[in-house]
Amino acid sequence: MAPRKGWPAMLEIKALEAGYGETLILRGIDLSIPEGALVAVLGANGAGKTTLNMTVSGVVRPRGGEIRFAGQSLAALSPPEIVSLGLIHVPEGRKIFPNLNVREVLELGSYRRARTNRARNLERVFGIFPRLKERTRQAAGTLSGGEQQMLAIGRGLMAEPRLLILDEPSLGLSPLLVEEMFTLIRRLHADGLTIMLVEQNVAQSLDVADQAHVLENGVISLSGAARDIAADPELRRSYLGL
Amino acid sequence: MGYPPEILLEAVANGLLMGAVYGLVALGLTLVYGVLHIINFAHGALLTLAMYAAFVAHGAFGLDPYAAMIPLAGLFFVLGYLVQRLVIGPASRGDDSNMLLVTLGLSIIIENAMLAIFRSDTMTLRLPYAMSMVELGDVLLSVPRLIGFGVTLLLAALLFVLMTRTDTGRAIRAVAKERTGAALVGIDVAHIYAVTFGIGTACLAIAACLLLPSFYVSPRVGNAFVLVAFTIVVLGGMGSVTGALLGGLFIGVVESLSGLYFGDSLGQIGIFLIFILVLLLRPTGLFGARA
Ligand SMILES: Nc1ncnc2c1ncn2[C@@H]1O[C@H](COP(=O)(O)OP(=O)(O)OP(=O)(O)O)[C@@H](O)[C@H]1O
Ligand SMILES: [Mg+2]
Repeated sequence: MAPRKGWPAMLEIKALEAGYGETLILRGIDLSIPEGALVAVLGANGAGKTTLNMTVSGVVRPRGGEIRFAGQSLAALSPPEIVSLGLIHVPEGRKIFPNLNVREVLELGSYRRARTNRARNLERVFGIFPRLKERTRQAAGTLSGGEQQMLAIGRGLMAEPRLLILDEPSLGLSPLLVEEMFTLIRRLHADGLTIMLVEQNVAQSLDVADQAHVLENGVISLSGAARDIAADPELRRSYLGL
Repeated sequence: MGYPPEILLEAVANGLLMGAVYGLVALGLTLVYGVLHIINFAHGALLTLAMYAAFVAHGAFGLDPYAAMIPLAGLFFVLGYLVQRLVIGPASRGDDSNMLLVTLGLSIIIENAMLAIFRSDTMTLRLPYAMSMVELGDVLLSVPRLIGFGVTLLLAALLFVLMTRTDTGRAIRAVAKERTGAALVGIDVAHIYAVTFGIGTACLAIAACLLLPSFYVSPRVGNAFVLVAFTIVVLGGMGSVTGALLGGLFIGVVESLSGLYFGDSLGQIGIFLIFILVLLLRPTGLFGARA
């Protein structure tokens, strides 16, 4: 899905720099996500993928560069303000609320956004994840890893995202559940959701994505159509170690 | 042992009644600890401030402490909210150990301000009902304590509804365990910290109004209660609201019984004995901390 000429992308990142304390992790990232696209960001451990997500959602402050979402600069906005705009980040490690029950966690997904549609969206999420519906009163911390991942995504969907960032949603899941997860991502994309998929699961991510970017040491080292990258043995070997 | 059963029963009953208010003081402390992960060293000074506020409300406006309870709770909620939002939060720049030091500094400022205004004399309110008793079967119960017990239970029920049924309450619980996750669903963590601090401070205002009919006020009076409250918080499990209330009741009974056996002035010895025993034997608390 190519970006329409002359139209700004849903998410536009330019020369972005960010880090922790003295260390700079992101060293000039350029990335754009067109509306309706599923864009994969791939990279090895420690490449800076999570730092990129945290910076986009306002948890980590950018040191330089630009982030624009739906035409608006995010530089001075707090995480809640970014959530109100519809940029929803389902973080690595789920970060669900272990002491709340499943229903409460989902309802908090609409704490800042789409609160008036809460009941309707809850039904929708239960439709996507029937396993959560069976466990509405169970403490979220006692769910299995796979169920917690579903809950984290469900919590994100409760806010009616305009852009959904998924940070390693397949991490720690059994092969069968990984398969299920990618099927779900494909389905959300087919329903029109714009998705930034951050993954280490290269083959499956390239299979569902429209475009892909490879992040190495805080810079994007390769960008292109997911189909092309998947088809080029040279690229696969040198950038993705396949 | 030596005492007829109705005397013992009376000591236990009055201990339970007093313990509820201890639990209320502990509740504010444990709530702030559970959510902000700091021990609020200004808790005692804020309780003192609240007791003076109730004292002044009586002296200046003729307000009975029970009538002053709701307005003072509102006032102290706002005070606690602002102190966290404008002083403790910004001064600690997100570092928990800084936050702790800031609360310590705050307590010194409050105590000295009160020393300057009210001098170190102790003051008491003379209220007609301060010593009144009701008879329940064979047992004589103090009326102010009975009221304190009832108000605390009501407040606990209100807090339970707030924490489980409202978005703000759920956000408080979410922030307690997962700050980053909370920020990512759009919860303003600094606001939730301040709301929590405000609730803790409002609890103190209510406790002050419940204590005032039977206790004196002096610039350091809050610390005596907070020492007991620390024991309760450790006993009930740091951060556990139910633990604070149950721990409060338990400590009230211990104090009352050791007062009966060892004399009033030694009543608190039993409490600190328990404090040390719990720290040695069950540092996570008697009632199973939800760690
Ligand atoms: N809170 C933090 N404080 C200091 N350094 C951090 C922090 N979080 C991450 N880092 C460092 O930043 C670098 C990039 O980490 P990041 O989590 O962004 O990588 P990643 O690509 O998401 O890795 P993974 O695939 O393992 O999740 C790493 O060297 C990491 O040690
Ligand atoms: Mg990561």
